[in-house]
Amino acid sequence: MANPLKCDLCSKPATVHLTQIVNNKVHKVDLCEACAQAKGVTDPGGFSLADLLLKASLTPDAAPPAPGTRCPRCGYTPVEFKKHGRLGCPACYDAFATLVEPMLANMHSGVTHSGKVPARSLERKSLHDRLTKLELDLTEAIKSERYEDAARTRDEINQVKQAFHPDAP
Amino acid sequence: MPREDSTSLAALLSAPSELTDPGSSKTAIVLMTRIRLARNVVGHSFPGWAKPAQREEILTSCRDAVARLPQMKRCFNFAVADLGELERQILVERHLISRELSGSKGGAGVLISRDQAFSLMVNEEDHLRIQVLRAGLNLKRAWTAINDLDSALEEHLDFAFSPTLGYLTACPTNLGTAMRASAMMHLPALVISNQMEKVVRAVNQLGMVVRGLFGEGSDASGSIFQISNQTTLGEAEEVILKRLGSVLQSIVEHELNARAKLLEADAGKLHDKIGRAYGILQNSHLLTSGEAMNLLSLLRLGIDLGLFPDDQRSLIDRLLIEAQPGHLQHTHRGECDAAQRDVLRAARLRSEFASFPRPEIRPANPGAAA
Ligand SMILES: [Zn+2]
Ligand SMILES: [Zn+2]
Repeated sequence: MANPLKCDLCSKPATVHLTQIVNNKVHKVDLCEACAQAKGVTDPGGFSLADLLLKASLTPDAAPPAPGTRCPRCGYTPVEFKKHGRLGCPACYDAFATLVEPMLANMHSGVTHSGKVPARSLERKSLHDRLTKLELDLTEAIKSERYEDAARTRDEINQVKQAFHPDAP
Repeated sequence: MPREDSTSLAALLSAPSELTDPGSSKTAIVLMTRIRLARNVVGHSFPGWAKPAQREEILTSCRDAVARLPQMKRCFNFAVADLGELERQILVERHLISRELSGSKGGAGVLISRDQAFSLMVNEEDHLRIQVLRAGLNLKRAWTAINDLDSALEEHLDFAFSPTLGYLTACPTNLGTAMRASAMMHLPALVISNQMEKVVRAVNQLGMVVRGLFGEGSDASGSIFQISNQTTLGEAEEVILKRLGSVLQSIVEHELNARAKLLEADAGKLHDKIGRAYGILQNSHLLTSGEAMNLLSLLRLGIDLGLFPDDQRSLIDRLLIEAQPGHLQHTHRGECDAAQRDVLRAARLRSEFASFPRPEIRPANPGAAA
């Protein structure tokens, strides 16, 4: 051992020698005891060279987004997305669809969801949308003095509300 | 009393748990199965972009929703800000919170079921990261459990979802099912016979990721690897789980083959490694975390090979967690430096192994792999 290996992180003598494969390339890592400990080498869930390398490769490049686009809901910008690789809120996926959607094919095995659907959430949402529409209809009917329509719409509204809170009186 | 108890880490550590309890099924090769789902509440900024007040609001509404779930009756309920450095580390070592959550700012919390099988992190990268842990290989059982918990939660929370993109997550790499399923595997023979590289490449080609490290000389990670699905969008949960299940099965077969070959080629050499590990665990006075992992890993292999009684496996699995720095310092009742921890660790392992049965090695019959 004429030339002892040095720790990749702090250059003290390395005592832990490890190998990991990232994107089909072999990476050797030499760490001293302290750095191995600090990096959580003993916890396979905690240490991943892949994560370190992926973060380093997420460089802000590609086409610069149109200036001034912001998510109308949360104010997030494409610049921030490029910087962090994260979005600001669920509505950002609509706001930045042209930016995010082309990336998905490289990231995933498909671009369309298959699998579990939050059925109860969606049901509540569709009831909510229905209620909003009926309430508009009602206002409209009253304004134009179509009282029979108004009465019918009011009944429908009560039915939808009933479906919303089945246990309410 | 229930209020006090639910925020006490001491109560959590003394309660029987899915991973450390001798009653749960411990199997050769696969230590545990875990499935994690990411969920976000509609109309709210993701935790990384949310203002402190918005994070608090999410924490409150998630806690209220969880309080109504039968699965989470009498659950532990921690705010990360209320936990000390050591307590956070303990939860990380028990796989109940992520390192990311342990270092997070205000409004982060975790809810943990009594048996520590379910844990729900609030305001990690997503509003909710819900996970289930099962000892051994049990993808189907784990999926049923987490799917039920998720459906129950959905009765009380509106999750952000798009029909084309699936569950909407802070990072686009988690879109779709937002599911990460994994198994923690003990693969010492593949490491000893230098086959991990080959295995990792093959597994990558099947759309799965291997986390963990394999090394020459010192095996500081105890030959423990985590194998999980890489992608979440485009395939249904059951499809992903089925493929992962068959990948895991094939890794198990490769490990068993590698063990058989090692025994065939030079049983004496393998028995010597295991026998020495036994001797060191019984007699050493200084043990680093990495060395302890390596030795415990060899003893686990010894149990699988029939050199030690099968019912000792749960002790090894418990020590793989409890010999880590956070747990050691907690038992010691205070923080101490790495050198002091090595003394404590050796003392703890000496006492645990003082009455551990001697290896039964029959030279004439190398014995079959487990
Ligand atoms: Zn170092
Ligand atoms: Zn947004």
